[in-house]
Amino acid sequence: MPKVTIDGTEIDAPDGINLIQAAERAGIEIPHYCYHPGLSVVGNCRMCLVEVEKAPKLQIACNTRVADGMIVHTRSERTIRAQKAVLEFLLINHPIDCPVCDQAGECKLQDYYMDYDAQASRFPLGKKNKKGKALDVGSGVMLDQERCILCARCTRFFDEITHTSELAIFERGDHCEVDVYPGRKIDNKYAGNVVDICPVGALTEKDFRFRMRVWYLHRTPSVCAGCERGCSIDIYHHRGRIYRYKPRYNPAVNGFWMCDEGRHGFPALQGETRLTVPLVQEKDRLVAETWASALRRLASRIREFGSANGANSIGAVIGAQSTNEEAFALKRLMVDTIGSDRLATVSWSPPGASGDDELLIRANKNPNTRGLAALGLPAHGLDVLANAVAAGELKMLIVMRADLVRILGEEQFVRRFGALDYMVVLDTDANETCQMANQVLPIAAYPELEGSFTNFQGRVQRLSQAFPPPGQALPAIEALARLGHALDGGERPSSAKAVFAEMAAAESCFRGLSLEALGPNGAELAGPNP
Amino acid sequence: MERILTRWIDIPDLRHLNVYEAHGGYQALRKALFDMTPEEIINEVKASNLRGRGGAAFPTGVKWSFIPKDSKKPVYVCCNADESEPGTFANRYQLENDPHGIIEGILITCRAVGAHTCYVYLRGEFNLQKRRLDEAIAEARAKGYVGRNIMGSGFDVEIYTHRGAGAYICGEETGLLESLEGKRAYPRNRPPFPAIQGAFGCPTVVNNVETLTNVPHIIMRGADWYKSIGPEKSPGPKLFCLSGHVNKPGLYELPMGYPLKDLIYEVGGGILGGKKLKAVIPGGSSFPVFTAEEAVKVNMDFDSVRAAGSLMGTAGVMVMNEDTCMVDALRTIAHFYHHESCGQCTPCREGCGWIEKLMIDLEAGRGRMEDLDILVDVASNMEGNTICVLADSLAMPVKSFVPKFRDEFEEHVRLGRCPFRETETAGKGHAAAAAAR
Repeated sequence: MPKVTIDGTEIDAPDGINLIQAAERAGIEIPHYCYHPGLSVVGNCRMCLVEVEKAPKLQIACNTRVADGMIVHTRSERTIRAQKAVLEFLLINHPIDCPVCDQAGECKLQDYYMDYDAQASRFPLGKKNKKGKALDVGSGVMLDQERCILCARCTRFFDEITHTSELAIFERGDHCEVDVYPGRKIDNKYAGNVVDICPVGALTEKDFRFRMRVWYLHRTPSVCAGCERGCSIDIYHHRGRIYRYKPRYNPAVNGFWMCDEGRHGFPALQGETRLTVPLVQEKDRLVAETWASALRRLASRIREFGSANGANSIGAVIGAQSTNEEAFALKRLMVDTIGSDRLATVSWSPPGASGDDELLIRANKNPNTRGLAALGLPAHGLDVLANAVAAGELKMLIVMRADLVRILGEEQFVRRFGALDYMVVLDTDANETCQMANQVLPIAAYPELEGSFTNFQGRVQRLSQAFPPPGQALPAIEALARLGHALDGGERPSSAKAVFAEMAAAESCFRGLSLEALGPNGAELAGPNP
Repeated sequence: MERILTRWIDIPDLRHLNVYEAHGGYQALRKALFDMTPEEIINEVKASNLRGRGGAAFPTGVKWSFIPKDSKKPVYVCCNADESEPGTFANRYQLENDPHGIIEGILITCRAVGAHTCYVYLRGEFNLQKRRLDEAIAEARAKGYVGRNIMGSGFDVEIYTHRGAGAYICGEETGLLESLEGKRAYPRNRPPFPAIQGAFGCPTVVNNVETLTNVPHIIMRGADWYKSIGPEKSPGPKLFCLSGHVNKPGLYELPMGYPLKDLIYEVGGGILGGKKLKAVIPGGSSFPVFTAEEAVKVNMDFDSVRAAGSLMGTAGVMVMNEDTCMVDALRTIAHFYHHESCGQCTPCREGCGWIEKLMIDLEAGRGRMEDLDILVDVASNMEGNTICVLADSLAMPVKSFVPKFRDEFEEHVRLGRCPFRETETAGKGHAAAAAAR
């Protein structure tokens, strides 16, 4: 392994990495704009110029591979002069419109100016070049050509990652501008990534811009539930509301990127239809009640059906939107407490949803299909349940995170499940199935809970709670623990960590794993993979 | 002196194959194909001390020797005919008058480096020149000098001509390769160098037209003969493009090391209108300017010009007389580099524009004294900090014009106008416009 000395610190650097990466290992920042580890090296911004001993000129760190014995100075007089020079050059034609720029607070021009320049401008304001502002270039991306520093990250993303090349650099010299081709717009499902990788305020997101100053936002690492890929994301939120998702680097799952469908998936989680109190059907109307009353009522129904018709007259449907812990908790409640093995899963994608592509998007729009399979739950089984209803064997159904009426269509639902005597729904939103339920229990959406999903590759990834669920909604594992208590008086773990530990002890696929040890990139399922 | 590179002056219709052949044409190729190994060709060119005529003066044989001998990929030769340096017009005459000399140089180079394909990249405006070259290639092909099995040797070379679309940066070695590949002519980061990864990712030699035309003569007459012309480390016949305020501007072939004073006063017939000499840019507008006192002491070869504080570049010698406004001259130069900066690297993209804006104000009398220091500072911040040398090409003139003619710059600021604008002769006179004549 080559040994490199950066600012006096000797670093063992793996072959092939560049000086920016090597410095990072020593906790030294080499400022850069155009370099992005997910894209090719162009070396155009010149911000990462550093002094390498024995080289006559300053070298760009992004295009300089480590070599044994290399001695690098990132804070030498020459380096500092070059850094100040590049920042001065970048700012002479920049509009300095930070007060009205949505990037303010997470802008690399602002940050590096404070860290590496901090000089008054020698360039007269009135002589700045004028270019296009607030241009809608398609796919929810807004372009400000005056703020652009022409690092070509966005053009490289569309050239190298999506291969759609909608953006290009036009003109020459300081008249250069990023733009779409005449009459064309950005049209691909990954456009939002260019907003993320734009180091300045040139590309902003139409939906997000001007909605929240970024310094008010909190960031919680999580997993996108938009499809079975389960891209690692950061949830940006403020006072219980999500403002945006951004991809979080995960080399095993999504690299640096995420799709726009996933990125724009969060408004569905905070709509008008969120359930905030337990509901019970009274005279064809759903009316609110307390959790205590709801769970007492549900426990007594379960006991009644069990004693009247046997435990197998009670069944459960688990949607593949459920977390591993939720599915495990419901499975265990059904099998161990109630004594029924009538379990089915639903992994449903809406008609017309996007199919598999070559980058990230998967046709299966459920984040945890693989996790349910890993728990030994039947891949489908709705038909089996419907047959049992028809045969008069199944009387009561517990439905978690599966909108059966939407999935089957109302007519089919009524034909197959209309004969049920009692249906209880655990879900986040007042969907059509809730309208037909005898009881509805409000549960947390995934940004509001701790837990895990297993993606289609068999990688178990951790969800973190960004903020508590709305109203009286509870994480489903807590609701199920309380229900278990109401049934037999026994204590059950209600934290995701503890449920996961039980799951790891009971389920071979999860053996050896723990929620804490999943780490930021998740971990492979253990044992025999289904 | 015997004319070597400009034989067409003495031999009418040299551009036609029969005439070219009648004057020893393609004999060097024959020798290179049948009597010499590629290694011997490279060694002969190395021994001749031939240095690249495109501006960088890199030893040509050494450049060729960087091509991997065992490349599994094809090797390409690119002939750089994107002659765009202000004040430079040698390749243009060569293409018009001696296309076979270029073709023969290309073919020998291909033999030396093991290339079977050559791309000639011509500047967009070279219409007639491309036609002449295409005609000559067709003639040579018909006679078996180009194409398959050249002269029965079993060696194949195909030559393609490609016209640019009018950008100075396409003459930069790697910008040329990008443009040739159909992309924006953004110069590339080095490493990798073109010898390893050039055109289409393959080992490539890029040589200037004038460089290549030296090759057949070296092969025919030997390295020792070549080295006997001019200084040993920077030898050979050289094409000088003399422009500006001289009585006889034009293209002159002279031995390397020819005194600049004689070039101006003897060959060029002295300063136009009997005026006094003020300044000379020796190598095309990209390089430091000489004052009159400096100019008359310099010999025109790569090392002597460098020792005197400038560079010989393309040997585009621009002469300026006492009526020339040096502020206006630098403004014109700044305009050119601002216009031609590809915009890839921050210091060049922003710096060239900044310098032009400063120069417009200074020339118009709107400048401030502190602008003179800013000019030099901006130029220093550009220099050496970019992928290619276009930034340096403006920085060098700025860093020489301002200190050497500081009085003139200060006078513009003090008067609030250009002092040369009063006089009839210099009303619109600036160096580059004169050079373009």
